[in-house]
Amino acid sequence: MRPGNDLRARNHPAYWAFLVHRISGLALAVFLPLHFWALGHALAGADRLEAFLRWTDQPLVKFAEWGMVVLLAAHFAGGLRILALEFLAWREWQKKLVAVAAAFSLAYALAYALALI
Amino acid sequence: MTARADTRLWLAQRASAALLGICVLVHLATMIYAVRSGLSATAILSRTHGNLAWLAFYSTFVLAVSVHVPIGLRSVLAEWLGWRGRSRDAALIGFAALLALLGMRAVLGVFG
Amino acid sequence: MGANLQVRVWRGGADGAFQPFDVPRQASQTVLDVVTHIQRALEPSLAYRFACRVGMCGSCAMTVNGVARWTCRTHVNKVAPDGRLEIGPLRNLPVIRDLVADMSEFFDKWAAARGSFVPTRTRREEFALVAPDSVARQQVDAAIECIGCGVCYSSCDVVTWNPAYLGPAALNRAWTLVQDVRDGARAERLAAVAGDAGCHACHTHMSCTERCPKQLSPTAGIAGLKRAVAKAALRGEL
Repeated sequence: MRPGNDLRARNHPAYWAFLVHRISGLALAVFLPLHFWALGHALAGADRLEAFLRWTDQPLVKFAEWGMVVLLAAHFAGGLRILALEFLAWREWQKKLVAVAAAFSLAYALAYALALI
Repeated sequence: MTARADTRLWLAQRASAALLGICVLVHLATMIYAVRSGLSATAILSRTHGNLAWLAFYSTFVLAVSVHVPIGLRSVLAEWLGWRGRSRDAALIGFAALLALLGMRAVLGVFG
Repeated sequence: MGANLQVRVWRGGADGAFQPFDVPRQASQTVLDVVTHIQRALEPSLAYRFACRVGMCGSCAMTVNGVARWTCRTHVNKVAPDGRLEIGPLRNLPVIRDLVADMSEFFDKWAAARGSFVPTRTRREEFALVAPDSVARQQVDAAIECIGCGVCYSSCDVVTWNPAYLGPAALNRAWTLVQDVRDGARAERLAAVAGDAGCHACHTHMSCTERCPKQLSPTAGIAGLKRAVAKAALRGEL
């Protein structure tokens, strides 16, 4: 890899939007097979699923679940922004889209946290 | 890969993204509902077992995910790990199959 | 704030180092003024490029405190309020020596993206009529002022991560030609800009749009190319 740019060049909103989108995507890609495997326990009957679900009752797991859901909301909002940029050519609105995506993610993070408490 | 093949991948990525936009919105809302209504196995399964509408919905969700995730990973693997070419694409097809299989297994377990 | 700027300037090739200089601070001083002073008064062997020095040619583009800029249009007060400057060659390009980058690959990719007009008429035919207020022409006009300075190419992370990526300038130019109703090479150009080394590699970081000294938006042009290529593919034209 050639030496590229550092944070001094990268520190602007659209770059952070990209990074959040990519990191959240990577996290989801790692999480999803585990998520599917866990839910597959339901095939073995309610008791087997129940045993697994009790494990997820631990605060640390609940916090991680909240984190995953927030990452999903962020990835979703960032994805909508990309679809808007690519299909609508809204040049003047670009920076606002970042703010909208961030606002949505934050709102969902709070809503889910409130539901958990 | 050829320009045409790359374009088809991009189209598949954006199309699955649009579909997932709807699926994820529903899923995010449902998860808040589920968390409030109780997360014991009995509670979950009593809501979901035999529910054909949700079965159809989550099957679509799983298949869209199986398309979207590997194509998304394709760029990341090339740009951040320098992994390009046939071996990367073969690995991603394998991952797509894994997601589809595990996902459908989960859908059948929860909604069947 | 002292009377001197502390300036670090890249010397050598890829395996070089920053050399420190003290440069008298002036009112209304540009970074190009600083580099010129160093070469004339302190270090004659310093290599750097410039031409018009009034913000028209793009030759003086360098990396100033980590950011690609036209040094003739960058006031020291704006980028170095604390009096510290770090000046290097443009990123993502091989270094010839000191502040001079090798622009060959930048222009090679311009050609690879088919960034040149292909005519379909001769002088013996009528003029082509292009409505200036048509949507296509307005899109061309918004992107056509590029002078090939390399700032966007230097700022793009995808160029860093993907050596084959054509880059924002080449793709932006291709876009102006795709939208030019007179051009005769649309199909070949769309095929040239599609793919992992073309428009599909853009992840909308928008550093190009952020840094372009002419306030162009290659991101917008590349998005247009994505749409044009997709349409062509769906119609079986790609």
